[in-house]
Amino acid sequence: MADDTLEKFKQCTVEVLQVDPEQVTMEARFGDDLDADSLDLVELVMALEEAFDIEVPEEDLEGVETVGQAYELVQSKLPS
Amino acid sequence: MSEPSGERAEQARREPRVVLVTGGARGIGLACARAFVAAGDRVAVTYRTKPPEDDDVLAVSCDVTSTAEVDGAFDEVEERLGRVGVVVANAGANRDGLVLKMSDDAFDEVLDTNLTGAFRVARRAARSMVRARSGRLIFVSSVVGLTGSAGQVNYAASKAGLVGLARSLARELAPRGVTANVVAPGPVATDMTDALPEARRAELAAAVPLGRFATVEEVAAAVTFLASPEAAAITGAVLPVDGGLGMGH
Repeated sequence: MADDTLEKFKQCTVEVLQVDPEQVTMEARFGDDLDADSLDLVELVMALEEAFDIEVPEEDLEGVETVGQAYELVQSKLPS
Repeated sequence: MSEPSGERAEQARREPRVVLVTGGARGIGLACARAFVAAGDRVAVTYRTKPPEDDDVLAVSCDVTSTAEVDGAFDEVEERLGRVGVVVANAGANRDGLVLKMSDDAFDEVLDTNLTGAFRVARRAARSMVRARSGRLIFVSSVVGLTGSAGQVNYAASKAGLVGLARSLARELAPRGVTANVVAPGPVATDMTDALPEARRAELAAAVPLGRFATVEEVAAAVTFLASPEAAAITGAVLPVDGGLGMGH
Protein backbone atom coordinates (compact mmCIF):
# COMPACT_ATOMS: atom_id res chain seq x y z
CA MET A 1 0.00 0.00 0.00
CA ALA A 2 2.77 2.40 1.01
CA ASP A 3 4.57 1.72 -2.27
CA ASP A 4 1.54 2.81 -4.31
CA THR A 5 1.28 5.99 -2.30
CA LEU A 6 4.95 6.78 -2.84
CA GLU A 7 4.70 6.09 -6.56
CA LYS A 8 1.65 8.30 -6.94
CA PHE A 9 3.31 11.02 -4.88
CA LYS A 10 6.46 10.91 -6.99
CA GLN A 11 4.40 10.99 -10.17
CA CYS A 12 2.59 14.16 -9.07
CA THR A 13 5.87 15.81 -8.16
CA VAL A 14 7.52 14.89 -11.45
CA GLU A 15 4.53 16.14 -13.45
CA VAL A 16 3.92 19.38 -11.62
CA LEU A 17 7.53 20.41 -11.02
CA GLN A 18 8.69 19.08 -14.39
CA VAL A 19 11.74 17.35 -12.96
CA ASP A 20 13.33 13.93 -13.54
CA PRO A 21 12.12 11.08 -11.29
CA GLU A 22 15.71 10.58 -10.08
CA GLN A 23 15.69 14.07 -8.59
CA VAL A 24 12.72 13.26 -6.39
CA THR A 25 14.57 11.91 -3.35
CA MET A 26 13.34 12.26 0.21
CA GLU A 27 16.13 14.74 1.01
CA ALA A 28 15.57 16.92 -2.06
CA ARG A 29 14.73 20.50 -1.12
CA PHE A 30 11.95 22.05 -3.20
CA GLY A 31 13.58 25.43 -3.58
CA ASP A 32 17.28 24.60 -3.81
CA ASP A 33 17.27 21.23 -5.54
CA LEU A 34 14.05 21.14 -7.56
CA ASP A 35 13.95 24.82 -8.52
CA ALA A 36 10.36 25.13 -7.37
CA ASP A 37 8.94 28.57 -6.63
CA SER A 38 5.98 29.28 -4.35
CA LEU A 39 3.50 29.00 -7.20
CA ASP A 40 4.92 25.57 -8.09
CA LEU A 41 4.37 24.45 -4.52
CA VAL A 42 0.77 25.63 -4.48
CA GLU A 43 0.19 23.75 -7.73
CA LEU A 44 1.85 20.63 -6.29
CA VAL A 45 -0.31 20.75 -3.17
CA MET A 46 -3.45 21.14 -5.30
CA ALA A 47 -2.41 18.20 -7.48
CA LEU A 48 -1.71 16.06 -4.40
CA GLU A 49 -5.06 17.04 -2.88
CA GLU A 50 -6.80 15.85 -6.03
CA ALA A 51 -4.73 12.70 -6.49
CA PHE A 52 -5.19 11.52 -2.90
CA ASP A 53 -8.58 13.08 -2.21
CA ILE A 54 -7.22 14.91 0.82
CA GLU A 55 -7.26 18.48 2.03
CA VAL A 56 -4.12 20.30 3.00
CA PRO A 57 -4.83 23.60 4.75
CA GLU A 58 -2.32 26.42 4.30
CA GLU A 59 -1.00 26.18 7.88
CA ASP A 60 0.13 22.57 7.44
CA LEU A 61 2.59 23.62 4.77
CA GLU A 62 4.58 25.70 7.22
CA GLY A 63 8.09 24.31 7.47
CA VAL A 64 7.68 21.81 4.63
CA GLU A 65 10.90 22.27 2.71
CA THR A 66 11.87 18.82 1.50
CA VAL A 67 10.19 16.14 -0.56
CA GLY A 68 10.32 13.82 2.46
CA GLN A 69 8.45 16.32 4.64
CA ALA A 70 5.79 16.75 1.95
CA TYR A 71 5.41 12.98 1.64
CA GLU A 72 5.01 12.62 5.40
CA LEU A 73 2.34 15.32 5.31
CA VAL A 74 0.40 13.49 2.60
CA GLN A 75 0.65 10.22 4.52
CA SER A 76 -0.68 11.90 7.65
CA LYS A 77 -3.78 13.00 5.75
CA LEU A 78 -4.63 9.58 4.35
CA PRO A 79 -7.30 7.52 6.10
CA SER A 80 -5.45 4.97 8.22
CA MET B 1 10.20 25.79 -39.63
CA SER B 2 7.81 28.13 -37.73
CA GLU B 3 4.65 29.37 -39.44
CA PRO B 4 4.40 33.09 -40.06
CA SER B 5 3.04 34.80 -36.94
CA GLY B 6 -0.01 35.99 -38.86
CA GLU B 7 -1.13 32.42 -39.39
CA ARG B 8 -0.54 31.43 -35.79
CA ALA B 9 -2.46 34.45 -34.55
CA GLU B 10 -5.26 33.59 -36.95
CA GLN B 11 -5.35 30.06 -35.58
CA ALA B 12 -5.36 31.30 -32.02
CA ARG B 13 -8.26 33.58 -32.86
CA ARG B 14 -10.25 30.74 -34.38
CA GLU B 15 -9.63 28.52 -31.38
CA PRO B 16 -12.81 29.03 -29.35
CA ARG B 17 -12.31 29.63 -25.65
CA VAL B 18 -14.69 29.37 -22.75
CA VAL B 19 -15.49 32.82 -21.39
CA LEU B 20 -17.26 33.59 -18.13
CA VAL B 21 -18.74 37.05 -17.52
CA THR B 22 -20.05 37.73 -14.04
CA GLY B 23 -23.01 40.06 -13.85
CA GLY B 24 -23.70 39.35 -17.49
CA ALA B 25 -27.46 39.63 -17.53
CA ARG B 26 -27.56 43.25 -18.71
CA GLY B 27 -25.55 46.40 -19.40
CA ILE B 28 -21.80 46.15 -19.82
CA GLY B 29 -21.72 42.46 -18.83
CA LEU B 30 -24.23 41.43 -21.45
CA ALA B 31 -22.52 43.52 -24.11
CA CYS B 32 -19.24 41.77 -23.28
CA ALA B 33 -20.91 38.37 -23.45
CA ARG B 34 -22.38 39.18 -26.85
CA ALA B 35 -19.07 40.44 -28.18
CA PHE B 36 -17.36 37.18 -27.22
CA VAL B 37 -20.17 35.16 -28.77
CA ALA B 38 -19.74 37.13 -31.99
CA ALA B 39 -16.03 36.30 -31.89
CA GLY B 40 -16.85 32.62 -31.78
CA ASP B 41 -16.18 31.87 -28.11
CA ARG B 42 -18.32 29.70 -25.80
CA VAL B 43 -19.81 32.08 -23.29
CA ALA B 44 -21.37 31.75 -19.86
CA VAL B 45 -22.72 34.56 -17.70
CA THR B 46 -23.65 34.68 -14.06
CA TYR B 47 -26.72 36.54 -12.88
CA ARG B 48 -28.19 37.20 -9.46
CA THR B 49 -31.86 37.99 -10.03
CA LYS B 50 -32.90 37.91 -13.67
CA PRO B 51 -31.14 35.79 -16.31
CA PRO B 52 -30.39 37.43 -19.67
CA GLU B 53 -32.73 36.88 -22.59
CA ASP B 54 -30.13 35.42 -24.87
CA ASP B 55 -29.98 31.88 -26.22
CA ASP B 56 -26.33 32.07 -27.16
CA VAL B 57 -25.03 32.23 -23.61
CA LEU B 58 -25.15 29.74 -20.76
CA ALA B 59 -26.77 31.58 -17.84
CA VAL B 60 -25.72 30.43 -14.35
CA SER B 61 -27.26 31.77 -11.17
CA CYS B 62 -24.58 33.07 -8.80
CA ASP B 63 -24.24 35.59 -6.01
CA VAL B 64 -20.58 36.60 -5.96
CA THR B 65 -20.78 37.38 -2.26
CA SER B 66 -20.83 33.62 -1.66
CA THR B 67 -17.68 31.54 -2.17
CA ALA B 68 -19.82 28.41 -2.39
CA GLU B 69 -21.94 29.91 -5.17
CA VAL B 70 -18.88 31.11 -7.06
CA ASP B 71 -17.29 27.65 -6.86
CA GLY B 72 -20.58 26.06 -7.87
CA ALA B 73 -20.95 28.36 -10.86
CA PHE B 74 -17.45 27.54 -12.08
CA ASP B 75 -18.08 23.82 -11.58
CA GLU B 76 -21.21 24.06 -13.69
CA VAL B 77 -19.58 26.07 -16.48
CA GLU B 78 -16.57 23.72 -16.55
CA GLU B 79 -18.84 20.75 -16.79
CA ARG B 80 -21.06 22.17 -19.52
CA LEU B 81 -18.57 24.16 -21.59
CA GLY B 82 -15.06 23.21 -20.50
CA ARG B 83 -12.10 24.88 -18.81
CA VAL B 84 -12.64 28.63 -18.40
CA GLY B 85 -9.93 30.54 -20.25
CA VAL B 86 -11.25 34.10 -19.91
CA VAL B 87 -13.01 35.66 -16.95
CA VAL B 88 -14.61 39.09 -16.95
CA ALA B 89 -15.26 40.13 -13.36
CA ASN B 90 -18.02 42.63 -13.96
CA ALA B 91 -20.64 41.91 -11.30
CA GLY B 92 -21.10 45.09 -9.32
CA ALA B 93 -23.51 46.98 -7.16
CA ASN B 94 -23.78 50.49 -5.84
CA ARG B 95 -25.43 52.04 -2.82
CA ASP B 96 -24.72 55.73 -3.10
CA GLY B 97 -24.95 58.16 -0.23
CA LEU B 98 -23.01 60.87 1.51
CA VAL B 99 -20.36 59.59 3.88
CA LEU B 100 -21.90 61.19 6.96
CA LYS B 101 -25.04 59.17 6.41
CA MET B 102 -23.50 55.96 5.05
CA SER B 103 -24.15 52.89 7.15
CA ASP B 104 -21.61 50.13 7.79
CA ASP B 105 -23.92 47.88 5.83
CA ALA B 106 -24.01 50.11 2.75
CA PHE B 107 -20.23 50.19 2.72
CA ASP B 108 -19.70 46.51 3.42
CA GLU B 109 -22.25 45.30 0.90
CA VAL B 110 -20.75 47.23 -1.99
CA LEU B 111 -17.20 46.17 -1.10
CA ASP B 112 -18.32 42.56 -0.70
CA THR B 113 -19.93 42.44 -4.13
CA ASN B 114 -17.56 44.59 -6.15
CA LEU B 115 -14.16 43.82 -4.65
CA THR B 116 -14.34 40.67 -2.56
CA GLY B 117 -16.64 39.17 -5.18
CA ALA B 118 -14.02 39.82 -7.84
CA PHE B 119 -11.40 38.24 -5.58
CA ARG B 120 -13.52 35.11 -5.11
CA VAL B 121 -14.02 34.81 -8.84
CA ALA B 122 -10.34 35.40 -9.62
CA ARG B 123 -9.18 32.87 -7.04
CA ARG B 124 -11.41 30.18 -8.46
CA ALA B 125 -10.51 31.03 -12.05
CA ALA B 126 -6.77 31.04 -11.34
CA ARG B 127 -6.82 27.39 -10.32
CA SER B 128 -7.34 26.00 -13.79
CA MET B 129 -5.60 28.88 -15.56
CA VAL B 130 -2.39 28.25 -13.59
CA ARG B 131 -2.50 24.57 -14.46
CA ALA B 132 -3.17 25.25 -18.10
CA ARG B 133 -0.45 27.89 -18.05
CA SER B 134 -2.72 30.39 -19.80
CA GLY B 135 -5.64 32.65 -19.02
CA ARG B 136 -7.13 36.12 -19.11
CA LEU B 137 -8.57 37.95 -16.14
CA ILE B 138 -10.33 41.24 -16.86
CA PHE B 139 -11.82 43.40 -14.12
CA VAL B 140 -14.43 46.05 -14.82
CA SER B 141 -13.57 49.00 -12.63
CA SER B 142 -14.66 52.61 -13.11
CA VAL B 143 -13.20 56.05 -13.76
CA VAL B 144 -14.44 57.07 -10.31
CA GLY B 145 -12.10 54.52 -8.72
CA LEU B 146 -9.23 56.87 -9.51
CA THR B 147 -10.94 60.28 -9.64
CA GLY B 148 -13.23 59.73 -6.66
CA SER B 149 -16.89 60.68 -6.67
CA ALA B 150 -18.99 62.49 -4.05
CA GLY B 151 -21.64 60.16 -2.66
CA GLN B 152 -19.72 57.07 -3.68
CA VAL B 153 -17.07 56.41 -1.07
CA ASN B 154 -18.04 52.74 -1.08
CA TYR B 155 -18.35 52.28 -4.83
CA ALA B 156 -15.20 54.26 -5.66
CA ALA B 157 -13.20 52.44 -2.96
CA SER B 158 -14.28 49.08 -4.33
CA LYS B 159 -13.43 50.06 -7.89
CA ALA B 160 -10.02 51.42 -6.92
CA GLY B 161 -9.40 48.22 -5.01
CA LEU B 162 -9.77 46.25 -8.24
CA VAL B 163 -6.60 47.91 -9.54
CA GLY B 164 -4.49 46.66 -6.63
CA LEU B 165 -6.14 43.25 -6.93
CA ALA B 166 -5.55 42.99 -10.66
CA ARG B 167 -1.96 44.16 -10.51
CA SER B 168 -1.10 41.73 -7.73
CA LEU B 169 -2.66 38.92 -9.72
CA ALA B 170 -0.71 40.10 -12.74
CA ARG B 171 2.56 39.73 -10.81
CA GLU B 172 1.68 36.42 -9.18
CA LEU B 173 0.36 34.68 -12.23
CA ALA B 174 2.64 36.10 -14.90
CA PRO B 175 4.99 33.08 -14.66
CA ARG B 176 2.05 30.96 -15.76
CA GLY B 177 1.05 33.03 -18.79
CA VAL B 178 -2.04 34.50 -17.13
CA THR B 179 -2.67 38.21 -17.66
CA ALA B 180 -4.82 40.40 -15.43
CA ASN B 181 -6.04 43.78 -16.59
CA VAL B 182 -8.57 46.43 -15.69
CA VAL B 183 -11.05 48.32 -17.85
CA ALA B 184 -12.19 51.64 -16.34
CA PRO B 185 -15.36 52.92 -17.98
CA GLY B 186 -16.56 56.46 -17.47
CA PRO B 187 -20.25 57.22 -17.81
CA VAL B 188 -21.90 54.61 -20.02
CA ALA B 189 -25.34 54.69 -21.65
CA THR B 190 -27.30 51.93 -19.88
CA ASP B 191 -30.63 51.46 -18.10
CA MET B 192 -29.01 52.97 -15.02
CA THR B 193 -28.02 56.24 -16.70
CA ASP B 194 -31.21 56.34 -18.79
CA ALA B 195 -33.09 56.68 -15.50
CA LEU B 196 -31.28 59.89 -14.59
CA PRO B 197 -33.00 63.23 -15.18
CA GLU B 198 -32.16 64.80 -18.55
CA ALA B 199 -30.35 67.75 -16.98
CA ARG B 200 -28.13 65.46 -14.92
CA ARG B 201 -27.24 63.36 -17.96
CA ALA B 202 -26.35 66.48 -19.94
CA GLU B 203 -24.21 67.69 -17.04
CA LEU B 204 -22.30 64.41 -16.89
CA ALA B 205 -21.79 64.31 -20.65
CA ALA B 206 -20.52 67.88 -20.69
CA ALA B 207 -17.78 66.98 -18.24
CA VAL B 208 -16.44 64.39 -20.66
CA PRO B 209 -13.86 65.76 -23.14
CA LEU B 210 -15.47 63.77 -25.94
CA GLY B 211 -18.82 65.21 -24.83
CA ARG B 212 -20.83 61.98 -24.55
CA PHE B 213 -21.31 58.75 -22.68
CA ALA B 214 -19.62 55.61 -23.95
CA THR B 215 -21.79 52.79 -25.29
CA VAL B 216 -21.72 49.34 -23.72
CA GLU B 217 -20.33 48.04 -27.01
CA GLU B 218 -17.36 50.37 -26.71
CA VAL B 219 -16.60 49.06 -23.24
CA ALA B 220 -17.02 45.47 -24.46
CA ALA B 221 -14.56 46.18 -27.28
CA ALA B 222 -11.88 47.10 -24.74
CA VAL B 223 -12.63 43.94 -22.76
CA THR B 224 -12.49 41.63 -25.77
CA PHE B 225 -9.26 43.26 -26.88
CA LEU B 226 -7.59 42.58 -23.52
CA ALA B 227 -8.81 38.98 -23.73
CA SER B 228 -7.44 38.50 -27.23
CA PRO B 229 -4.23 36.70 -28.22
CA GLU B 230 -2.99 40.07 -29.52
CA ALA B 231 -2.99 41.41 -25.96
CA ALA B 232 -0.69 38.70 -24.63
CA ALA B 233 2.02 41.24 -23.74
CA ILE B 234 -0.39 43.43 -21.76
CA THR B 235 -0.81 42.81 -18.06
CA GLY B 236 -1.50 45.03 -15.04
CA ALA B 237 -2.89 47.70 -17.33
CA VAL B 238 -5.79 50.03 -16.56
CA LEU B 239 -7.57 50.82 -19.82
CA PRO B 240 -10.00 53.72 -19.56
CA VAL B 241 -13.09 53.88 -21.78
CA ASP B 242 -14.18 57.26 -20.51
CA GLY B 243 -13.98 59.82 -23.30
CA GLY B 244 -10.98 61.35 -21.56
CA LEU B 245 -12.80 62.05 -18.29
CA GLY B 246 -10.17 60.47 -16.05
CA MET B 247 -7.05 61.63 -17.86
CA GLY B 248 -4.04 62.08 -15.67
CA HIS B 249 -4.42 58.96 -13.51
